[in-house]
Parts: sequence; structure tokens; C-alpha cells
Amino acid sequence: MIREFGPNEVIYITLAIRYTILLSLIAFAGGAVGGLMVALMRVSQNKYRRWIAMAFIRVFQGTPLLMQLFLAYFGMAILGFPIDPWTAASVALILHAAAFLGEIWRGCIEAVPTGQHEAARVVGLGYVNRMRHVVLPQAFRIAVGPTTGFLVQLIKATSLASIIGFTELTRAGQIISNATFQPFAVISLVAVLYFILCWPLSKLAANLEHKFNQATTR
Amino acid sequence: MSSQASSTGQSAPELAIEMSQIEKWYGAFQVLHGVDLTVEAGERIVICGPSGSGKSTLIRCINQLEAIQKGSIKVNGVVLDKTPKTVPLDIGMVFQQFNLFPHMTVLENCILGPVKALGVSKEKATQTAREFLERVRIPEQADKYPAQLSGGQQQRVAIARALCMKPRIMLFDEPTSALDPEMVKEVLDTMIDLAQDGMTMICVTHEMGFARAVADRVIFMDHGQIVEENAPELFFGNPQHERTKNFLGQIS
Repeated sequence: MIREFGPNEVIYITLAIRYTILLSLIAFAGGAVGGLMVALMRVSQNKYRRWIAMAFIRVFQGTPLLMQLFLAYFGMAILGFPIDPWTAASVALILHAAAFLGEIWRGCIEAVPTGQHEAARVVGLGYVNRMRHVVLPQAFRIAVGPTTGFLVQLIKATSLASIIGFTELTRAGQIISNATFQPFAVISLVAVLYFILCWPLSKLAANLEHKFNQATTR
Repeated sequence: MSSQASSTGQSAPELAIEMSQIEKWYGAFQVLHGVDLTVEAGERIVICGPSGSGKSTLIRCINQLEAIQKGSIKVNGVVLDKTPKTVPLDIGMVFQQFNLFPHMTVLENCILGPVKALGVSKEKATQTAREFLERVRIPEQADKYPAQLSGGQQQRVAIARALCMKPRIMLFDEPTSALDPEMVKEVLDTMIDLAQDGMTMICVTHEMGFARAVADRVIFMDHGQIVEENAPELFFGNPQHERTKNFLGQIS
């Protein structure tokens, strides 16, 4: 029996956007915590910390997110620790986001001039105070634009979680598409919903970067 | 601020800095070749020399912004650790590029160190900061951000920020080199004022007028070594080494 692509189907797909948003928020929040740790380890004086962070980044930037999702979901099950799609998708996306945010933020931290570190040392600040009060606040301002840009990438990347049966926007679209046999209309709707979610953020990122550039050029 | 009175009254002067046989490399390049430098408390030293002669590196070694490979440094009688995590708190420093914290107001710049590193209360630190801003003659700029100030004002804030840590020694690393000519004087005047209060000062600068006016000793460095050191009138009036003569000939 072929279902109609009617209002109910549109509502079903549109409501699935909340899982896309929720998964994006989880991935971003977890990725931010992990990313800050990775970034600080990357700029550490201790070479072992740098190496560990580097290896982490290489692995997660060097393999497709799809493989990471597969490994988290099916891999854990094979190892005898079956986890639900929510957990698998969250873990994989958090690690993915941590690797990319870590590398973005490392660049932002390194963009703070050496003189700032030195001035902070000279007024007696140790590592923690130096980072917290002098370096990170300045790195943060540099990071706002690229971080928002990455958030857009992350929202779109959550669509891959559909492959492990996580019912977010894309998966909801697939389900309706299979039932209605109207893939063009359904997938177009899904694309429009992603666009509505991402476009304002891209615009915001561009504005923030423009604002930052104006504030830093004399 | 009374260290001059206490140091001149004693027969054996108190030593602020004792550096002996300092050697430093950047990779394979040796920047300092066995430098010895002793500075008494209250003494004002000017270090000059061509670019790349190691003068900035030398003073950056004193407060451990640069690690040394050989030799030893004593600050106020205490031997410095060779692999430092923090800098000695009784040394203040002023940089060529000011290095004010751009995201903080002038006042916040001044109280950050005292509050976070010395554990002074915010009220007390603010009061001290206002006094020093008064001294460098920019009390009205306390709530502005560094980018809103001129170069000369920024450098005076940097001096006030260093003074807020109540240091016994002040290092100046070419403090006027990044300034527009019309702002050099206001910064030099502030430094002269500080010198008259008896602060131990080591200044890397090419301002020879300043050297004549306040220095107890002028040191000329070249190729990572101290070539010549003397009282300013002898240093400028009767330089002994050929390299010193050449250098003085070129900058005057």
C-alpha cells in the first residue's frame, strides 16, 4: 500500500528536526569540552601530551565519520558491549567534533601573540591564570567565527547517524520516502529544513568574522 | 621606594643582580658568550649595541623569559632555577611592543597580576593601580581599553602595570623603539622620574640622551659579549674600543 505524501508526513519529517538539533547540541557541547582539552594538549610544553592529542586528531580527521559511526555502533556490539543508536551517534560525533574543534582552537590559541604570554608571566601569572585570564579570552574572540562555521558542518554531519538507525531528519525522510515513493518531494523537504537550520548560522558566522576583522584592524 | 638611601649608606652595596658566565644558544647559534654582569641595588644601567648583539636576550634571561644553558643568575641574592616555571616576582618588565592585554581596561591590566599572583584584594590593588596611573600621569584613562590610547600612553600604562607588582628591579626592553617620535619624551620622562626614586633599572635603549641623564653605567654589547662599560661621561666622551666608537658614530 502506498501512502500519500500529505500533511501528516510533512509534520512527521518536520518534527524529526528536533532530534537533529538535539544530537547536534550534544555533539557540540561534548566536542567543545573535548576540543578545549585537545587544543590545550596540542599547545602544551609536554611533548607526550602533544603527541597524544596529535594522534587523536590524526585518527579522527583521517577516517570518515561514517566509519566512526559504524565502529561505535556495530563495533561495540561485536566486542560484547551493545549500545543504542543514541549513545553510539553521540559518542562518535563528540569525538569527531573534539578532533576538529581541538585543531581549530589550537590555531586560535597560537594566534595570540607571544608577547601576551610573556606579559602575563612577567606579572607573575602561572599557567592556569595565564590561559584563563589572558590567552583564552583573546583566542575565544578569534574562534567565534570558525567555530560557528564548524557547527554548521556538524549539523549536516548528524545526517550520517541515519545509517545506524538513528531517526533524525534524514532518517525520517528516508522512512517517508520509502512509504510514499515520492523521493524527490520528500528529500527536497529534508534539504530545505537543513537549509533553514544552517543558513542563519552561516550568516551569523560571516557577520561575527566581519565584526572581528573590523575590531582587529586599525 | 627608599632603596637608594639604604644602599648608599652601606659600605658593601647590596647586589640586585649577579650574572656570571652566561651562555645561551638558539639551536646552533650562540647568542651570549660568557657574559658577566653585576648590578647594585638602586643602580641604573643602560645597555646599547647593534641589533642582534644579544642585549635584549640578556635582560630577558634576568627574568627567565629565556632559559640559559650555562652560567648562573642571582636576583636579590637568590639563585634562579635553570628550568623556570614562573618568573621572579620582584622584577618588573616593560616591552618594546607594550604587550598590554587588549581585552582588559587599563585598570584591569594593572590589577590582574597583584590580584592573581600576589593575592592582594581587588580594592587594595585598584587603589594601588590608581596611584601608579597618577604617577605616570594618565589617571583619567583608567577605564579605557588599550586600543583607545596612543602608543605613548600605552607604554606608560605598561610601566604602571609593572610597578603595581611592587618590583625591586625594572627591566626595559627598548621601551621607546615602537613609538612615534613625539611620544618618546613622555615615556622617557616617566622613566627618569622612576630613576630619581631610586628604582634599580636596566634599560636596553638607543636613547643616548636618556643614558647621559640617568645612567650610572652604560654597557655596550656586540656579538653576545660586553665590549665596554663605563660611566656615561667616560663612555660617550672617551670610548675605548673601536667597535664602540663606530657604533656611537653611527647613532649620533
